[in-house]
Amino acid sequence: MEKRVTFNERWLPYLLLGPQIIITLVFFFWPSGQAIYQSVLIEDVFGGNSKFVWFENFAQLFRDNSYAHSAQITVVFSFLVAAIGLGISLLLAVMADRIIRGATAYKTFLIWPYAVAPAVAGVLWGFLFNPSVGIIAWMLQGIGIEFNYVINGNQALLLVVIAAVWNQISYNFLFFLAGLQSIPKSLIEAAAIDGAGPGRRFWDIIFPLLSPVGFFLLVVNIIYAFFGTFGVVDSLTKGGPGKSTEILVFKVFNDGFRGQDLGGSSAQSVILMVVVIALTVVQFRFIERRVHY
Amino acid sequence: MVENRPFLTLLSHLVVLIGVIIIAFPVWMTFVASTHSQQTMLQSPIPVLPGPHLIENYTKVLTEGYGRIGNTPVLMTLTNSMIMALGVALGKIAISITSAFAIVYFRFPGRMYFFWAIFVTLMLPVEVRIVPTYGVVASLGMLDSYYGLIIPLIASATATFLFRQFFLSVPDELTEAARVDGASPMRFFWDILLPMSRTSIAALFVIQFIYGWNQYLWPLLITTKESYYTVVMTVSRQANVVDGVPSWNLLMAMAMLAMLPPVLVVVFMQRQFVRGLVETEK
Amino acid sequence: MTRILLSSVAAAAVLASASTAFAQTEVQFWHAMGGNLGEAVNTLVDGFNKSQSEYKVNPVYKGSYTETLTAAIAAFRAKQAPHIVQVFEVGTANMMAAKGAVYPVYQLMADAKEPFDPKAFIGPVYGYYSTPDGKLLSMPFNSSTPVLYWNKELMQKAGLDPNTPPKTWPELGEMAKKAVAAGAKCGFTPQWQTWTMIENYGAWHNLPYATKDNGFGGTDIELKFNDPARVKFIQMLADWTKDKTFVYGGREGKSTALFTGGDCVFHVASSGSAAGIDKALGGTSKYGIAMMPYSPDVIAKPQNSIIGGATLWVLQGRPAAEYKGVAKFMSYLASTPVQAKWHQETGYVPITTAAAEVTEKEGFYKKFPGREVGVQELTLNPPTANSKGLRIGNFVQIRDIVDGELENVWSGKKDAKTALDDAVKAGNDQLKRFEAANK
Repeated sequence: MEKRVTFNERWLPYLLLGPQIIITLVFFFWPSGQAIYQSVLIEDVFGGNSKFVWFENFAQLFRDNSYAHSAQITVVFSFLVAAIGLGISLLLAVMADRIIRGATAYKTFLIWPYAVAPAVAGVLWGFLFNPSVGIIAWMLQGIGIEFNYVINGNQALLLVVIAAVWNQISYNFLFFLAGLQSIPKSLIEAAAIDGAGPGRRFWDIIFPLLSPVGFFLLVVNIIYAFFGTFGVVDSLTKGGPGKSTEILVFKVFNDGFRGQDLGGSSAQSVILMVVVIALTVVQFRFIERRVHY
Repeated sequence: MVENRPFLTLLSHLVVLIGVIIIAFPVWMTFVASTHSQQTMLQSPIPVLPGPHLIENYTKVLTEGYGRIGNTPVLMTLTNSMIMALGVALGKIAISITSAFAIVYFRFPGRMYFFWAIFVTLMLPVEVRIVPTYGVVASLGMLDSYYGLIIPLIASATATFLFRQFFLSVPDELTEAARVDGASPMRFFWDILLPMSRTSIAALFVIQFIYGWNQYLWPLLITTKESYYTVVMTVSRQANVVDGVPSWNLLMAMAMLAMLPPVLVVVFMQRQFVRGLVETEK
Repeated sequence: MTRILLSSVAAAAVLASASTAFAQTEVQFWHAMGGNLGEAVNTLVDGFNKSQSEYKVNPVYKGSYTETLTAAIAAFRAKQAPHIVQVFEVGTANMMAAKGAVYPVYQLMADAKEPFDPKAFIGPVYGYYSTPDGKLLSMPFNSSTPVLYWNKELMQKAGLDPNTPPKTWPELGEMAKKAVAAGAKCGFTPQWQTWTMIENYGAWHNLPYATKDNGFGGTDIELKFNDPARVKFIQMLADWTKDKTFVYGGREGKSTALFTGGDCVFHVASSGSAAGIDKALGGTSKYGIAMMPYSPDVIAKPQNSIIGGATLWVLQGRPAAEYKGVAKFMSYLASTPVQAKWHQETGYVPITTAAAEVTEKEGFYKKFPGREVGVQELTLNPPTANSKGLRIGNFVQIRDIVDGELENVWSGKKDAKTALDDAVKAGNDQLKRFEAANK
């Protein structure tokens, strides 16, 4: 997707790009390069004893069954987080957009959770679903559902998905609402005069016009599910029970940060990076062509 | 509204109301927890209604803080968080809106390379490069400073990407008209693009302010002086009780206090959204 | 309140004197003690700063253990290392392997010519952090050991004597079953299951955790905890899950909520949790502390328990003169009044026998019955090769593996034998990796 009309300047664009490029180079590429270099090393954490091992760290991962298992869980997890998160927030945004009276109050409450720090969010959900003292677990028990996320792997995964979605839902909502509100009302009115009902209007006009925002949110949500959720997993399940919530980014975080295995952890993150770049390029090339502006 | 359908309006209210109840419930529980005594919070079942210790708990948190040096720690940490969050939000918006402008509205050699260079910063998790990043910041002498707290965090692609998406949706006719009128690119940027981006800027400001406000690991790593501590660090200090039981009531009271400024920002910025809406209605 | 006020006055005084006495050498001390413990650390450091004027220790809270260690590593690599950093016990082998980064405490004390007597320390506390020939590597700071807590009210409800806790695992099982039958929601739950049910169960019954004296004899080791005794024990607990005699409450300290919430009759947990449990249940009339149960078919009398917690490591890379202050601070930490106060205030076990004796003499244990149990367990018998401690590389990952496999047992996915065999196998891979990194 390109602009037809552009400006012709020689130096101005570089000047405009300058600050971001410099900061990106210094604080992103330089350290990232070092992290990639680390993926072919085995060393003790303080860097005193360092050995170049070619791709041993990668080979180790592929020998390890739990890595493939972790990848599987990540796919399921990311799909659930993105699908549920986008679905619910779109529904809420569309409904909130219709409301005139009391809208501000609703919005305030819907956005509030976004201000909760992720680690606190994890603690809170753990609190609510705690098999013995948790109020929601207690209510579920009342209707005959035995909810015990510390033993039941599927329930643990569900809980992590809920907490992750909850932490991201306000973000999605905010964008969908901003997107909805930027749609010219005249368009919708015209469609209404032509006799299109609310459902038709949504699918034929609103949905296509929302697609740039939707695309952006899809990318952000998948990246969030891949990378932003280790804090939730860490405070809720630590990857357990068994290994049923050990998503890839938690493994990266856990091995590198808690286990101090920098080489193995860097190798994992290089793999993750390649996967996500590939995924994003595909998304970008494929979906953007179908997105309407 | 386009038309009046009471049933749909009612349905909307119902759906949003259910959403609000579910989504706000954990926040409500945070508040409830902050109004009970510690003992109540350790026994099951946990109450769902506020208790009698509201004033006591908040006074304790506000006056004692993590009491060591005889100044006002909570106020200080709030100020630091504010500086950091504002710095991150404004810095990010400033550098990304200009770079998005360059990428969308100009043709120049290396354009797509720059775009992708910025775009990949969405990818690599901060945790794997945190040790090397610390090294960079240390070698630039930015430990224990606001620069060190802010600048490394404004290298992110989210905002650039969003502005790019928005600029692409701006009609080409506007650019053409500007060019016909002989306006310079910067003139076009200031007079047309920037006012039009108001809604996006407002949304981004909220998001990045909260991102900056909730930063925890980064300030913890690079500060050793209490005069640079942020409020979220203080909350975690209450939560990370080794071998003990955290004082849930005080922890949650602090969490409520730490939450308040970002929530106020959200509430305040909402007016900007509404104004944006009114403008498109015209 | 008064304590806080006093300490802040003291801190202000220290600050004031710092600005006049410009020659004071600063010692950076990074720790992971949040909440009340953080205040206890500050009080302790203030005491040192007031006791002399040459050095000023600056305690800096750096988040959880993990975050503190990562901060120290990042700082060391950037040549900004603190003098002292607090590291959890499972990091010991990895810290030791970091050659050129750590300054062993025995060497520090010798270089600074500070008097230092290894015999003053409590055996397993000292042993866990020393070389095989008895040289101390890091200074024990907050140490604890698992003890048995029981709920007196629930015992009474089940018609049991609330003042006679079980001595053996079969006894505990019987009592727990009775309590559950009488309406208790849960019979027994352990805290930090890998530490209490596998590692300490081994030491308590004099069983090896790994070859070569639990890793003290070298890094080319193999895990050994899938022995018949532990398989039988874990299988017994798994069978107990059916009727809630055993309830799994989550990793690390999460299960304590089950005990403080009044669900469980028995809880094997860190001795350091005593203060929190006391606060939650409302005094020793409601709960008691006793030694961990043992399995009479494995050992006639229990051996001794091992510790958990963290120690203070000294990092290299600072001017030599500053290390004199570090050594002085270490001596201060190990001194009897400081240790006695730390022990009484926090619930951690004292690191010296003298501190335990002073506490006894002051009548502290009469006022808080049960607080002496931790020390009693540690000093029950002279430690053997199996009960001195553990020196396991990549221990954080290995504990995660064991946690995961135990959860597979509790959920019924695997039987105890398969799970422990699998845990040993996966753990050995981690050990090989550690060995390769440190050859």
